[in-house]
Amino acid sequence: MTAAIRAEGLRRRFGATQALSGLDLLVPAGSVLALLGPNGAGKSTTIRILTTLTAPHAGRAEVLGFDVTREAHRVRAVIGVAGQVAAVDDTLTGRENLTLVGRLHHLTGREARRRAGDLLERFSLAGAADRLARTYSGGMRRRLDLAASLVNRPRVLFLDEPTTGLDPASRLELWMVIDELVATGATVLLTTQYLEEADRLAHRIAVVNHGRVVAEGSADELKTGAGGEVLAVRIHDRSRLDTVAALLGPVGLQPATIDRATGEVSMPTPDGVRALALAAGRLDEAGLAVASVELRRPSLDEVFLALTSQPALTPAGGSPAARAAVATGSSGRAA
Amino acid sequence: MTGLSAAARALRWTASDTLALAGRSLRHWMRQPQLMLLSTVQPVMLVVLFTHVFGGAVATPGFEYVDFLLPGIMVQVVAWDSTQTAVGIAADRASSAIDRFRSMPMSAPAVLAGRTLADAGRNLLVTAVMVAVGHLVGFRFHGGAAAAVGAILLVVAFGYALSWLFAFIGLAARGAEAALAISFVVVFPLMFASSAVVPPATMPNWLRPFATYQPISLTVDAARALATGKPAGAWLPGALAWTAAILAIAVPLAVRRFHRAG
Repeated sequence: MTAAIRAEGLRRRFGATQALSGLDLLVPAGSVLALLGPNGAGKSTTIRILTTLTAPHAGRAEVLGFDVTREAHRVRAVIGVAGQVAAVDDTLTGRENLTLVGRLHHLTGREARRRAGDLLERFSLAGAADRLARTYSGGMRRRLDLAASLVNRPRVLFLDEPTTGLDPASRLELWMVIDELVATGATVLLTTQYLEEADRLAHRIAVVNHGRVVAEGSADELKTGAGGEVLAVRIHDRSRLDTVAALLGPVGLQPATIDRATGEVSMPTPDGVRALALAAGRLDEAGLAVASVELRRPSLDEVFLALTSQPALTPAGGSPAARAAVATGSSGRAA
Repeated sequence: MTGLSAAARALRWTASDTLALAGRSLRHWMRQPQLMLLSTVQPVMLVVLFTHVFGGAVATPGFEYVDFLLPGIMVQVVAWDSTQTAVGIAADRASSAIDRFRSMPMSAPAVLAGRTLADAGRNLLVTAVMVAVGHLVGFRFHGGAAAAVGAILLVVAFGYALSWLFAFIGLAARGAEAALAISFVVVFPLMFASSAVVPPATMPNWLRPFATYQPISLTVDAARALATGKPAGAWLPGALAWTAAILAIAVPLAVRRFHRAG
């Protein structure tokens, strides 16, 4: 496996804030990895370090074998970056934006114009090519930004929250564009706060929290890793939800979660069928009228919350969920 | 590949990157009518107002007041307009444009060189407008064509040096408003505690040495001597030394700050 992106032990502080505290990452060439995490988890700092914009305080990182600090110039030649805030020049037209980027990549004037025309066509901006970018909609701006990041035919593409703030239709449109890029064999590292987006676009997901990767795998692996299954019980008498939660406490891995709106008590369990039998027995002894008992796989939301709700001081792999996810992850990371 | 040809290629790329970005900055300026209006109408107003308001009150022995005034206003306006470099660069930082440039394999100093070059071009145009309007209110070059061109180039070169200083401020300040505020504090005392509109001989003792030798004053005095056809030897070396010194300090500062940005 050739690594397109490799990061080891990245650390970076901003004043009193420890943005990254030993982040490791390995992205195989030709694959798509999503960095998933809450605000402030360190996703954008990771992207900034890998794209040579910010220097790490410790650790090292390579893109296609080039060191991001010592060989920044080589890295810049092979990457494309589309940011959280589209770096589109408002007072230039779409065509001028792309031509300028082409010139700065040292294409000749004619090459830069041809490349700009091709990209405008491909991103459905040909009709608006000669309008000032300030007249573009949010979705058009993101597409122009993405087009600008592709002018140099990058082999590795970084997308920092590519669809944040877009309406659903524009998001879908951008997803299709990213799919096409991936089909051409580019390596993509994207960040997102949306599980759905990570699941939809990426081959693998790295969950980032408090400046490090706390779990990594495919969406399926993350679901399996997060404590196996979820046991969910519903009862008719909603006044007794707390009793149910107390009864089931010893059965699960974590304290039960009570959803009063739906009358459901749920918890992750390591051993589904045994837990199911145990729970049924306890409920029966207590004489509770049960509406339903089920075993299901956790939703990605549940996995994400379990992984990112830990306090900063818990070492990675400290919770059962993270341990399980690490065990199923295939990249040999040092936890 | 020899070291020489690699260096030549790097230089060529720096030049082409600089020109591409200067073109971008000039387009920005031309497409924002309020900016264009501000930087051309304001100097015209200054020339007309100062000539008529102070014309009778300020004694300028050996000069027609308009001949005394115009070189002074030219330098003031160019110094003031150079603060636009700080605002423009701060705005580029805020809009992530600088991040995009820094993530590309382009020559890093070109981002600053392109901006300052465009601002120098704009200053040249503004200076030409002031000379034309000055002509209408009685200003004349008395030292011949070469001295006139020399005076204008001196003023524009001084503004170019200041642009690099303001580029540094634009990179160091938090946001465009802060950049403008800091630039204002730097440039305003220099503009008025100077020989630009009033002879320093009329100022209090404590202010006079500063008002006589600070960069704007020496540049004004040298340009004024060139424009009026008087010997410029007493001021020209000092004026050129200020321009060179500002460049020698501000260029490395700005380039280093650019690399550290983010």
